[in-house]
Amino acid sequence: MNLDTLRARFGPAVGASVVFRGETSLTVDREAVVALCECLRDEEALAFDFLADLCGVDRHPADPRFEVVYHLYSVRHGHRLRLRVPVGEADPVVDSVTGVWETADWHERECFDLFGIRFRNHPDLRRILLPDDFEGHPLRKDFPLEGDGRP
Amino acid sequence: MNTDTLSLNLGPQHPSTHGVLRVVLELDGETVIDARPDIGFLHRGIEKLAEHRTYHQIIVLTDRLDYLAALSNNLAYVLTVEKLMDLEVPRRARYVRAALAELQRIASHLFWLGTHAHDLGAMTPLFYALREREALMDIFENLSGSRLTPSFLRVGGLAADIDERFVESVRNFTDTFQGRVDEYETLLTQNPIWRSRTKGVGVLDAGQCIRLGISGPMLRSAGVPLDLRKTQPYSCYDEFHFEIPTGKAGDVYDRYLVRIREMRESARIARQAVDGLPEGPWTAAGSPPVFPAKEDLKHNITAVIRHFGLVMEGMKPPPGEVYHAVESPRGELGFYLVSDGGPYPVRLKVRPPSFVNLQGLVKMVRGRLLADVVAVIGAVDIVLAEVDR
Repeated sequence: MNLDTLRARFGPAVGASVVFRGETSLTVDREAVVALCECLRDEEALAFDFLADLCGVDRHPADPRFEVVYHLYSVRHGHRLRLRVPVGEADPVVDSVTGVWETADWHERECFDLFGIRFRNHPDLRRILLPDDFEGHPLRKDFPLEGDGRP
Repeated sequence: MNTDTLSLNLGPQHPSTHGVLRVVLELDGETVIDARPDIGFLHRGIEKLAEHRTYHQIIVLTDRLDYLAALSNNLAYVLTVEKLMDLEVPRRARYVRAALAELQRIASHLFWLGTHAHDLGAMTPLFYALREREALMDIFENLSGSRLTPSFLRVGGLAADIDERFVESVRNFTDTFQGRVDEYETLLTQNPIWRSRTKGVGVLDAGQCIRLGISGPMLRSAGVPLDLRKTQPYSCYDEFHFEIPTGKAGDVYDRYLVRIREMRESARIARQAVDGLPEGPWTAAGSPPVFPAKEDLKHNITAVIRHFGLVMEGMKPPPGEVYHAVESPRGELGFYLVSDGGPYPVRLKVRPPSFVNLQGLVKMVRGRLLADVVAVIGAVDIVLAEVDR
């Protein structure tokens, strides 16, 4: 899997790639997500047609605090790739990839529900696991495990 | 002419939704105009809990995701931790894991078969299927003391070695099982009522499945031979001989055929695993993150200290992140772990196949009859504890 074509096309928006335990992770600017994902899906040599998973990670107290993580798989080639998109706390918005992979719909709703990360252009961004009137986003690190968080 | 549509709640308390799934249906007469699945009734915050547990303690949480295939969940989780720790597992343990995962697949498919057929009006298969499933539950209970939540796998191997009784019971089961599957097939495969209820119902073609992220028997019934046991073999699956059954039509009937044939293949794998069972250690007990053998705790002070450390503080994997997926009875079951070097994971994300496969429901039922909704939900084979986590 050669990622040089991506670098040539997207320049600095494609950040460092890390290989850990045989898995490749690529850090990507949030502005480039949708165009990059379309390229990853359509480029013959890459052909990431299957979005296996999409989720949030809270790296509190790091800055930028959140990451949206995409696990891609290619049915044709059998290879995998992880994309990590850093998202700041002040403006937790990422473009939705529902137009690239339909399956992103519920994954993005779940990420919004549990982390409060918003997905721009998502067709139906509502809570999915928790009740509509729930307050807060429980997978954030400052959300208490039990009780209301007061000492 | 009255053009009003009727809103109908299917679930969350309805026997054919297999748990607490609520689907709000928009009906025009008996025709489904639209469907809105509503999930989350069984959300227990397992991913949040996992951030406050040591890596060993999380094993019991994984049992409670897909409770019809707890050992597959155990397996997917321990493989992920082992990948994070870069830990080599002894061959004997890998063989036993494969045997258990396949028996669990059979147990899960049997439960699916019985309840699915029952939903569509066939009462007898339920009793036949649960009879064999009980035999499997007995095997699990004898092995681990528990039927639904065995928690039998450990990071680095197994909770205990297996004995001759286990091997014998698996042989007994696999000796008779192919004949039992023939019995189920005589009840359903050529049954005109069964065929008319399932053929051409809930069709998703290969392209739609891939776009929707659907995996497992649903994807294979549409003709895509994707199975992680073949494409990314784990736990010595590359050493066993087995076929990947596929369908053509991608409808409820082909999903039935695929799962029936998968049970036959799983029995073959389980048999090969116990027949070819390697001698040797059943856990990588020498490695720092693995619990020392119980026997050692009686006479070896360093083993006691290590055991104490693992219980009180847990293991500390290197900082990094891994994703590992296995072929669960329902599809790609993946765990994503993020470690910062501490004893608790920063993030544990489960990639539940039921959650993703359920997304296809709306596409499958739009324009169909209300009765087809029940057939389609059954053929997705969801476990709500896994969908909601």
